[in-house]
Amino acid sequence: MPRITFIAADGAETVVDAGEGDSLMQVARAHNVDGILAECGGEMMCSTCHVYVEGDWLDRTGPADEDERDMLDFAPCEITDASRLSCQVKITDDMDGLVVRLPERQV
Amino acid sequence: MERVVVIGTGQGGFQLAASLRQEGFTGRITLIGEEPGLPYQRPPLSKDYLKDGNDARLLLRPPDFYEQQRIEIIGSTRVTGIDRTTMEVETGDGARIAYDHLVLATGSRNRIPPIAGLDRPEVLALRTLSDARVLRDRVEHMRRVVVIGGGFIGLEFAAVARARGIEVAIVEGADRLMGRAVAPMTSRHFLDVHRGWGSSVHLGQFAEAVTDAEGSLAVRLRNGSEVSGDTIVLAAGVIANDAIAKEAGLATDDGIVVDDLLRSSDPNISALGDCCRFVEPVSGLVARLESVQAATDHARTIAARLVGQPKPYAAVPWFWSNQGDRKLQIAGYAPDADDWHVAEADGKLTVFCFAGDRLASVETVGNAGAHMAARRIFANAGRVPRKLLETADYDLNAVMAAA
Ligand SMILES: Cc1cc2nc3c(=O)[nH]c(=O)nc-3n(C[C@H](O)[C@H](O)[C@H](O)COP(=O)(O)OP(=O)(O)OC[C@H]3O[C@@H](n4cnc5c(N)ncnc54)[C@H](O)[C@@H]3O)c2cc1C
Ligand code: FES
Repeated sequence: MPRITFIAADGAETVVDAGEGDSLMQVARAHNVDGILAECGGEMMCSTCHVYVEGDWLDRTGPADEDERDMLDFAPCEITDASRLSCQVKITDDMDGLVVRLPERQV
Repeated sequence: MERVVVIGTGQGGFQLAASLRQEGFTGRITLIGEEPGLPYQRPPLSKDYLKDGNDARLLLRPPDFYEQQRIEIIGSTRVTGIDRTTMEVETGDGARIAYDHLVLATGSRNRIPPIAGLDRPEVLALRTLSDARVLRDRVEHMRRVVVIGGGFIGLEFAAVARARGIEVAIVEGADRLMGRAVAPMTSRHFLDVHRGWGSSVHLGQFAEAVTDAEGSLAVRLRNGSEVSGDTIVLAAGVIANDAIAKEAGLATDDGIVVDDLLRSSDPNISALGDCCRFVEPVSGLVARLESVQAATDHARTIAARLVGQPKPYAAVPWFWSNQGDRKLQIAGYAPDADDWHVAEADGKLTVFCFAGDRLASVETVGNAGAHMAARRIFANAGRVPRKLLETADYDLNAVMAAA
């Protein structure tokens, strides 16, 4: 089971074991990770599931595509090349050790 | 304020509680809901849940969230009355619960059309998780289903059923699909899509009766013809759960009437989501919307007010419906649309809906970029003049820059 670390805006870390096939958002929600709201439930409609993928992990997750970037534009915090909507990141085996940071706010 | 009581443990009730804590509210929060269990999302019930049956994925938050946030959930309990003088609600088992502020998040229920024979066990509805479980089990053995109602939920279900090889007949009383919610061209598009998938669609046909027919059931239509199926799914729209509000003397009008701060006619009582009638801010029209967006944005508006930071409701309406591989997205609210402009290219459909000389909504299929741009335009500039679109050759990004 891939192990994933969420780092909150205040630096607090939550480490969880992800079920394969889940999205990063589903993992966060199932483990009560504070700071991901996911109001639309993963439909890429709400942009309240924004995360920053840490370091080289972006090679593994890939960057946001065009539609996702359009949606990310609605997120209130700064959008960087590392920004992803966590509902659009599917967890695969090779993501064991993935680290993502959470923005200060989602709305 | 010491205690906020919320009636309803759905999308809006949950959001209200979560937003109150986010805003720093430290008082007591109690959610009372008729359904058992924790708040869950309904949209997947007519989509992925019918395929994956994954209950855990439906939960809006896991159990520890409610403990951590000190949000009290009283499930399987119906509120039967509101006493506004003593500021208490009464539950079905006779308990009285006092509130300092009450939030009505009672949602809506399925409309039961006047069709004879609906009391059969093969006639199923789709509103709650327990409805969806029954439907999901049945989907495994269904061979032929009749869907009564060609709205979003009926069509989403029809798409799932068809993809499993089930024969599908859709019966719709109006002369087009999703008629109350989308432009004629969008209806047309989805009519072609569903027919293309092999569903038979009966438009302008009211179902009149469900009867027995040689080992299965038949739905008799107004024109006398019959469509048969082993299962019937009733998806004929919803009605607001506003009865307890009405009995308590609050203003209602197919929904609990609220102002731009989501207050009912009693300042100690707010209402949100499916059960309320509010002024939709982009159009200025009075509306009752059944959407995740309305429920969550209403909840945030109420939470901000309850912690002493009132801000009038200003959110842009948005909605989606997944039918098979088609994703319909709607930005804006346009019951008053009277003219349309359609752009269709590379499998993307964009319908611009105009009310008078103003852009009122944008409906897209497979064109997320245009959907987002439209939401931005409505948020920043409201209903922009049609001229602006014409000048920009209907390029929403250019309109956004100009607006
Ligand atoms: C199958 C389905 C698919 C959907 N798909 C989409 C979609 O794709 N996109 C979208 O935006 N929206 C969709 N919706 C609509 C969306 O789910 C609703 O708009 C949203 O749930 C409304 O939230 P709410 O809190 O107002 O009401 P609800 O979520 O319905 O919650 C109301 C709750 O109040 C309870 N209640 C009512 N009266 C009482 C009482 N007297 N005492 C105690 N409890 C009471 C009810 O039992 C219910 O649990 C869908 C809905 C359904 C049913
Ligand atoms: S959950 Fe809404 S965009 Fe990711």
